[in-house]
Amino acid sequence: MYRIRLHGRGGQGMKTASRILGSALFLEGYEVQDAPRYGAERRGAPIFAYVRADKQPINERGIIASPDLIIVADDSLVPVAAAGVLAGVDADCVLLINSDDDKETWRQRLNFKGKIYTLPVETEDRAELRFIGATCSGAAACLLGIISRESLTQAIQTELSALGMAVINTNLTKALAAFDHMQTAAGCVSEGKAILATDYQSPDWVQLPFEEARTSAPAIHAAATSVNVNTGVWRTLRPVIDYQLCNKCWWICSTFCPDGAIDVDDNNTPQIDYQHCKGCMICVAQCPPHAISSVAEELAQANEKKAAKRKQGVRS
Amino acid sequence: MTRMLLTGNAAAAWAARLAVADYIPAFPITPQTEIIESLANWIDNGEMDARLVTLESEHSMITAAGAAAATGIRVYSATSSQGLLYAMEMLYTVAGWRAPFVLTNVSRGLSSPITLESDHNDIVAARDCGFLQIHCSSCQEVLDNTLMAFRLAEDARIRLPVIVNLDGFYLSFTREPVELPDADKCRQFVGQYDAQNMLFRASRPTSQAVAVLGGSPYSYFRYETHLAAQNGLSVYEDVATDFEQHFGRHYDVLEAYKTEDAEIVFVIMGSYSSKAKDAVNSLRDAGQKAGLLRPRLLRPFPAKHFQQALKDVKAVAVIDQNISTGMGGVLHTELSAALYGQTQAPQLIASYMGGLGGRDISSEEFFEMAKEVSNAVKKNQPLAPRLLYTETELRELRKLQAVAHVERQQLHNSRQQTKKGGAIK
Repeated sequence: MYRIRLHGRGGQGMKTASRILGSALFLEGYEVQDAPRYGAERRGAPIFAYVRADKQPINERGIIASPDLIIVADDSLVPVAAAGVLAGVDADCVLLINSDDDKETWRQRLNFKGKIYTLPVETEDRAELRFIGATCSGAAACLLGIISRESLTQAIQTELSALGMAVINTNLTKALAAFDHMQTAAGCVSEGKAILATDYQSPDWVQLPFEEARTSAPAIHAAATSVNVNTGVWRTLRPVIDYQLCNKCWWICSTFCPDGAIDVDDNNTPQIDYQHCKGCMICVAQCPPHAISSVAEELAQANEKKAAKRKQGVRS
Repeated sequence: MTRMLLTGNAAAAWAARLAVADYIPAFPITPQTEIIESLANWIDNGEMDARLVTLESEHSMITAAGAAAATGIRVYSATSSQGLLYAMEMLYTVAGWRAPFVLTNVSRGLSSPITLESDHNDIVAARDCGFLQIHCSSCQEVLDNTLMAFRLAEDARIRLPVIVNLDGFYLSFTREPVELPDADKCRQFVGQYDAQNMLFRASRPTSQAVAVLGGSPYSYFRYETHLAAQNGLSVYEDVATDFEQHFGRHYDVLEAYKTEDAEIVFVIMGSYSSKAKDAVNSLRDAGQKAGLLRPRLLRPFPAKHFQQALKDVKAVAVIDQNISTGMGGVLHTELSAALYGQTQAPQLIASYMGGLGGRDISSEEFFEMAKEVSNAVKKNQPLAPRLLYTETELRELRKLQAVAHVERQQLHNSRQQTKKGGAIK
């Protein structure tokens, strides 16, 4: 059985990518199971999806503990512990990651024993990531080596049928380019084996002890603990205020911000809390004088680093 | 007939469409599912001829479903977890009206704490209300058994509402290959709804919920409902036979997998049972005579089927994806009651609780349960009930508790400081 796990952020199309792969494998005559997994549905929050494919009917269900192929649409997810990108990897596992860092960097950084393939980020504009689902599914289809270009094409046409020809064609171009780009590695993913009753590791079961309610009630005895959750790392786009253009209306951007991440000071000047701004860009759309622009997060961070270096240079 | 990839939610919606449901009352907000969304789309596009009405709660939704069914039309609705519990008062009420309709429940864990994942406590909470319950383990089964549920509900020997249960995420959001049966064949199989004497109409007063005092009439009505529910076993078998003739797929009240010569049998409900099947295959390859029993019907409870199937079996491992606090797994309790006093009953009926709140059950855990149970039988020892939970999980939980503890400590310190500050002032 092939076991594929896809990691991305809400809104990047990983559920669609899993469905494209699922449909393509089904067209190739495989029994298929595909499913997304997420908590409360939030744009930018880590999500994963999975696909199983086998020539036999599939009895296995739920999360994939030992994947044969991991697809990471957004490399900023790797350090997020809750995303569990590396859960259950072994030397037979293939990692496909959308990143500008090369595979040697990733191999060393993660001490990853299996094969690594990177999808070079085509553009610095992270808004382009909306096609990353198609790109990932195209590359993955090639790495699996059991999906033809035709099945991939048909799967994309089926899964995106509601979105119109223009969208389908853009996604097809991206997916097929990624498929062709991976040709040298075609078929590098191998089917994983099932765990056998003759050879398995016993689970480390424990009898739960009784604990008094002061410990065992699901309560957090402090106010506003959500402040400690740095949701700013979910952002792929950053809203940046041009204070030359801001008309100090004092209320529009801060009121529309669904996360209360914009504060207005005594001078009617809005300040964005980048620790918690998730990058939904609602403020960008709402600001009447268009004083807020969206900058790719990666670019914004690079600029910050440069600025910090300049500052250091001045000091020394 | 087309074979295509469908989620459990889509399979349920297709069944309502293929059964030609006339009326669909729905509470459209969380925890509602894509089932209603699909049906609304089809009705909007003119692909389905039905009336979908949104209500302000699941309580009203079930009231509307029962009232509409009492007018003699075919009714379908769907809910999930907290929604089913919110409707609980009306589940009892409409079942008492003996108004038949089909309700899908996508089962998920209940609050508190809040989760969104698969768990059977919601559906098990509804086991005593008078609805029949069918539990599914694949998306195909969701579609087929929803069609069958209409026949079951509307049968003159039953005339009670039926819940078809599918597991959240594991089936509801999971796509797998499903054979979509031919629409005409489905219409033929489900047939015309014979409303018998149910002709609730505007301006033609009839009472659906008479007050009965003194206990005697109440006892009569309640027990008649119980007898009708019990008919569900044989009627399900009739309907399943007819279904097989139409569509070629067969469904048993109690699914038995490799139990003929089994010494150890897993008993489990819902979608996790297919994982148990894989474990049975692997255990058999390793030379252990393992098997699996899965009740499709929880209500009525297939007691006789269990008694028959478990004759000469040494040990049973019941895995409950629910927990009746203060008692344990519900399926374990009910199976033990059904087997009590049977001469050839298993020596051991072990209780495991697992998969609560969507927690996975790994193949290693199935193997370990088989090992633990067969060792206990060999030594002729009892086995204490066990929650499937590992040291690793407990360690992770301790980390979370440590965070909560630090916060508690910080809060405590800041309160102390405020007090001191106040005193100085």
